[in-house]
This record gives sequence, structure tokens and C-alpha cells, in this order.
Amino acid sequence: MDRPSQAFYGLLTLLSLTALGWGLRGGGAHGLVFGLFTVLTLGGSLVCIWERSVVRSAFSLMATFTGVAGLFLLLGADFLAMAQILIYVGGILALLLFGVMLSPPDMNERKLPRVIGALLLVGGGVGWVALRVSSTTRSWAVTEELPEPVTHAREIGLGFLHPGKYLVPFELAAFLLTVALVAAVYIARRKKEDLEPRDSLGGQS
Amino acid sequence: MPLEAYLAVSAALFTLGIVCIVSRRNILYVLMGIEMILNASSINFAAFNRFNGDGLAGRMFVVFVIILAAAEAAVALAIVLNVFHLFKSIKPSEVDLLRE
Repeated sequence: MDRPSQAFYGLLTLLSLTALGWGLRGGGAHGLVFGLFTVLTLGGSLVCIWERSVVRSAFSLMATFTGVAGLFLLLGADFLAMAQILIYVGGILALLLFGVMLSPPDMNERKLPRVIGALLLVGGGVGWVALRVSSTTRSWAVTEELPEPVTHAREIGLGFLHPGKYLVPFELAAFLLTVALVAAVYIARRKKEDLEPRDSLGGQS
Repeated sequence: MPLEAYLAVSAALFTLGIVCIVSRRNILYVLMGIEMILNASSINFAAFNRFNGDGLAGRMFVVFVIILAAAEAAVALAIVLNVFHLFKSIKPSEVDLLRE
């Protein structure tokens, strides 16, 4: 591990501890758990941007997805948390790792000035927009006291199957998935001439 | 935690996703950045749903975002396979031909 990496991981640890302490001071046990999932989410994506190797970046995304699932749990949406872990960590991450296997290793692809410049530019833009928006309104939350979260997957299933609610988007999503998967198989298939050994190499090619 | 804390986490994740897309020279990092951005929007949907009456609409949006992300990842990986097969490289700046 070289010097900049040591500095980066040291700084990341410090930031994580600060976030955990801030959460514990602000919200007690609930705040501590919130801080933990925030650290997982943002730390995972920071490591993903920092690391040179694609495999490490892909695996650090696992922390991001798990942290987002934890935030869903804190928001009372346990069905979403389960779906997030199943689909993102189990499916999309595996797909990404398949993609990693066919990419040639290129350790000099990450340029530190590019990363820092992009971070400053985009962070400044997002911060500016956030300040402008937050100056127009005091609080976005309609209710101050939170209702008990509805934690039944049954509600979501009934919402999917009820004709007055989300039946049409549900069917459209099923159609979209079928089309997308068939199209992915069609695009990724090998052509027939790639599989057969070529007998005339000196011809037109 | 208040709603603003969740919104701040979501905005930070969105920022990191954009940075991941624009600062790396590799198609796979672009895909990872898109996943981060989709996750940030999911956090926003779930947080607003929780703090504005806890109905069903926001959760449905998150479910559809996850479905969309799955379809997008499958198609994008197929495209990456083909691009690597044709160009022998997966740098976005070198992929500049529509025909074979």
C-alpha cells in the first residue's frame, strides 16, 4: 500500500469515527445505527472511486448496497431492504464482477487530479443547489410525529395486484424485464462465424 | 433522524456517483456510478415516503427503480461484452464507431 492510499484510508477512518460520534450525540442509539449505515454507504462508494483495481471497486460497492439496505430498514421499509440485498448484492454485483473478468487490468487509469477536480466541481454544484433549495423551505416533512411504519410485504403485494393501484405498471415492468433479458442474450451471443475455425486467414478480413 | 439527514446522505451518494462516472476511464466504473445514482434516488423516494404519511407510492417507486436497475445491468453488460469483442478495449473514449 503506497503513501496516498495510507493517507486516504486513515482519513476515511477518521471521518467514519466522526460520523459515528456525531450520530451518537445527535440521536442516541438510533443515530448511531444511522451513522453506521451512512458510513457504510458513503465509505463504500469513496473506496470504489479511490481503488485502482476494478475488483476491489466492485466489492466495495457491496458495502454501499448493504448500507442503503440498512437505511431502508431505518425508514421502516423492510421489504425494500430485502429486495435491495437480493437484487443488488446478489444479482447486479455478480453481473458487474462478470464484466470485471473480461476487462484488461489497467492500474494507471485512475488519475488523482481528475478525481479531485471532479469531486470539487460536482460537490460544489450539488452543495450550491442544496443551499438554494433549502433556503426556500423550512422543512419538507409534512408530519412531525412519524406514524408506525407499515412493515408488511402483503401491502405491497396487494398494491401490485389491485387493478385500481399498480397493476398496469406491474405488468409493464414484467414486460420490460422479459424484453431486456431476451435482448441482452441476443446482444451478447456469439456470432456463428466466430465459433467456427477460420480456414482462410489470408482472405478478406 | 430527521428527513434532512437522509436527504444529505442521498445527495452525497449522488455526488460520488457522478464523480465515479466522469473521473474514471473505464466503462465498468460508469456502470457502478449509475448504480450509485439509482441508489441515491431510491433513498430519496423511501425517505419522502416515510416522512410524508407513509403511503405506498414511494415504495412502489423504489421497487420499480430496482427492477429498472436489474434490466439496465443485464443489457449494459451485454453491450460491454460486445464492445470489448469489437474494439478490444472498454475505454469509453475509444468506442466511436456505429458499424462493425
